[in-house]
Amino acid sequence: MSSIRQRLPVHVVLLLAGGLSLFPLYWLFLTSLSPTQYVVRVPPEIVPRELTTANYVRLFETTPIVRWLFNTVVIAGVITAFHLLFDSMAGYAFAKRRFPGKNVMFWLVVSTLTVPAQVTLIPVFFILRFLGLLDTYPGVILPGLADVFGIFLMKQFIQTLPTELEHAARVDGASEWQVYRHIIVPLSRPALAVLAIFTFQRYWNAFIFPLVILRDPSKYPVQVGLATLQGEFNTDYGMLMTGAAVAAIPMIAVFFAFQRHFIEGIRIGGVKG
Amino acid sequence: MSATAASRRRRSFAAVLRRYGWSYIFVLPTFSLFVVFTLLPVVQGLVLSLQNARVTGGEFIGLANFETLAADPVFIQAVGNTILYATVVVAAQITLALVVASLIQPLGPRAHVFYRALFYLPLVNSAILVAMVWRWIFNANPYGLANTALGTVGLGPYLWIGSSDQALIAVILSAVLTIPGGGVVLYSAAMGSLPRELYEAADLDGASWFSKWRHITVPLLRPTTLYLVVIYTILAFQLFERVYIMTNGGGPNNATITIVQLIYSTAFQFGRYGLASAMAVVLFGMALVVAVVQFRSLRSDVEY
Repeated sequence: MSSIRQRLPVHVVLLLAGGLSLFPLYWLFLTSLSPTQYVVRVPPEIVPRELTTANYVRLFETTPIVRWLFNTVVIAGVITAFHLLFDSMAGYAFAKRRFPGKNVMFWLVVSTLTVPAQVTLIPVFFILRFLGLLDTYPGVILPGLADVFGIFLMKQFIQTLPTELEHAARVDGASEWQVYRHIIVPLSRPALAVLAIFTFQRYWNAFIFPLVILRDPSKYPVQVGLATLQGEFNTDYGMLMTGAAVAAIPMIAVFFAFQRHFIEGIRIGGVKG
Repeated sequence: MSATAASRRRRSFAAVLRRYGWSYIFVLPTFSLFVVFTLLPVVQGLVLSLQNARVTGGEFIGLANFETLAADPVFIQAVGNTILYATVVVAAQITLALVVASLIQPLGPRAHVFYRALFYLPLVNSAILVAMVWRWIFNANPYGLANTALGTVGLGPYLWIGSSDQALIAVILSAVLTIPGGGVVLYSAAMGSLPRELYEAADLDGASWFSKWRHITVPLLRPTTLYLVVIYTILAFQLFERVYIMTNGGGPNNATITIVQLIYSTAFQFGRYGLASAMAVVLFGMALVVAVVQFRSLRSDVEY
């Protein structure tokens, strides 16, 4: 199974499959960079003859896309930061500490792991309305802090850490917070990296919750903004693909920067979308 | 008497706090958010499904919402579309992931890294963005890419999302034509840890590559397959963005209406929160059935 001649067809099949998967992304960028007369050309050409950034200029001039990107960075960034702190704290307590109610609490957390998020959509909308948080950033951020995947991930990881270090630190007079901060957090770095990437990706791409919670277009994250572009530009696919491209670039950059953690994350945390 | 009891209780409460206080400090920030924004909503969702909840409050009406749904052809269509989409897409995803991972398996470590990244890259993008591209690919104009490609082999042109017969096919195709990168990574990881001895024994018996794959690899991957089926099925049940974007939220004659799309429009466009909550309960039930079936089959599974 090791000779080049046997492997070549395998590589060809895999590259074709990969190319097919990546093709929509290529088509997205190509359309966004094509002059309008090429976008509606019959038949469409999959190799460009002429490229232009005209659509990008028009997008930045006529839509609040920069604002939407900024909103998304804030929303996804704040949610990710809080998950890193809170989930590692809770994961530590569930993995290593003994306290009354621990099993009931953890059982409740785990039992909601397979509940589809849309099931909580309407009640969350009511709760936010009751709290006066509809159409606010906290209204989008707070429900994002409540998903339990991170607690579960951190608990599973911290469970595998040796307990001797904690004991040694306590003998040396470290406070409980210092044990968490100076022993648990540094040792949990691989799991925290995975949690950061998954959480950021999830809330970068979130759609239905912000769609329902936010009214003011200047507060929209980029995905909701993109959906409104469709109403505005309708069949102007050059503009629509340009909006999509601008929303895609940051996530693709994050993927290339942290590729190893993405792949590691699926192995530790399973498929999450 | 009572004063000493009270002080003893206070002292023991202080002792509990001293002993377990830090544990609660670690757990409570995330646990209280979980209670308010996940646990409570799940319970409230069940309560709302039994109410005639509209924009201005509502009263308890028993199972009337579920009776309405059972008689509603649009909801039945939504459940049917959701299940059809999930069945076709999950079957395709599992097959594709298994085949691609099997092809990667015998290659070297550098090829592993390259292909895992290649197959995962398309999946970092949002469902909205992906759906926008597919809408563009499946547009019915002469410059539509899908029609041009099929035209070269003498098929079409099709109306796709403009047609009540073809809209759901376009949505399904858009999902099937992407290699499920997460499944590929999980299958590759599982294949890397299969016991060598079985393959060596099979080699001694002169088994072919295909028969080893069919009789050793695939059966041993059963736990991974079950896990992926459950995760992909529950994800497929939540189909919304593709339909919302590709077919303007339901397509001609509700051809692509799904449960989540209908929850969204029933609650947030028509203000019938109780009825929409009942739909969410049905979705919850469907996810639960899939999860329970998995745990059942895993329990009866022989661990290796």
